[in-house]
Amino acid sequence: MNISVAIDSAPQDALPSASEAGPAPKRIVVAYGFWIFLLSDIVMFSALFASYAVLVHATAGGPTGAQLFNQVTVAIETACLLVSSYTCGLMSLAINSRRYLRTYFGALITFALGAAFLTLEIREFASMIAIGATPERSAFLSAFFTLVGCHGLHVTLGLIWLAVMMVQVAVMGFDATVQRRLLCFSLFWHALDIVWVGLFTVVYLMGVSP
Amino acid sequence: MTEARYDRAPGDRPSREMQASAPAPLFVYTTGLFLAVLLTATSFWAANTSLLWPGGVALGLAVLAIAQMGVHLVFFLHVTTGPESTNNVLALAFGVLIVFVVVAGSMWIMADMNQNMMMPSAESINLHMQH
Repeated sequence: MNISVAIDSAPQDALPSASEAGPAPKRIVVAYGFWIFLLSDIVMFSALFASYAVLVHATAGGPTGAQLFNQVTVAIETACLLVSSYTCGLMSLAINSRRYLRTYFGALITFALGAAFLTLEIREFASMIAIGATPERSAFLSAFFTLVGCHGLHVTLGLIWLAVMMVQVAVMGFDATVQRRLLCFSLFWHALDIVWVGLFTVVYLMGVSP
Repeated sequence: MTEARYDRAPGDRPSREMQASAPAPLFVYTTGLFLAVLLTATSFWAANTSLLWPGGVALGLAVLAIAQMGVHLVFFLHVTTGPESTNNVLALAFGVLIVFVVVAGSMWIMADMNQNMMMPSAESINLHMQH
């Protein structure tokens, strides 16, 4: 009895809450699920960050970060990733207004900057390995290559994903499915940039600061 | 009254219907880029300058990095305090908690073990031998 009274006296002008209105649209459900995946991915990165922070002084007589890291390269890498995050945002605006040319252009610049970042990182790794600073050399270098390499692997996957998405846009147009996938891609790409902020601060800047 | 109060998808901007005074999207992204560049440049400057007290540089860098992550979340991922993104923010808060526990906990435990598992120095061994 009391329950029915409570329902009757509920304000009539309030919007129905999400639970009363049935399941949420698929775009919200998919993006929220991907959001949860990204958070778990960041938790995985936090474990790698923690192991790096613990092992950073365990150089075993090998080269230290201050001897290996080149700040100019890191600054260029950071700029590439930051601007690509911005162009990815502009691309999602073009997607929402369903403009093909702007979408392709935004995707092209995002891809080019991501590829430039990856090239610089691979060259950095190659130059380190060439002077004997391999992952086997010390615990510090193992942790370094795991952490930075894992981020680089994510960027590689993001580039492949972006290329696949552009093919889907060309073939399927701005289908609802394609739009959901593109939303997930932009979430992924922005999350990678957030991880890179932590990475360049902890690994490169704290590693070389006096 | 057909419109329901759904949550907002993470990464979606507040729609014009929900918030008539929402700023232009291009302006939001450009502001975010400007702030992020400013914070990044400050980080690189702080790591290389000799003007600051060296002991405080690491803490300052950490603060700048967290501020920049906040800028990315607000201006690029459009995380807001509005009721329609409560679920997104709650999930994010839980993620941040786990990240904090993992990083701070690992560093604390390992520093503690480093201290307690220190190899006994030569003098202390000699002291024990004399007894």
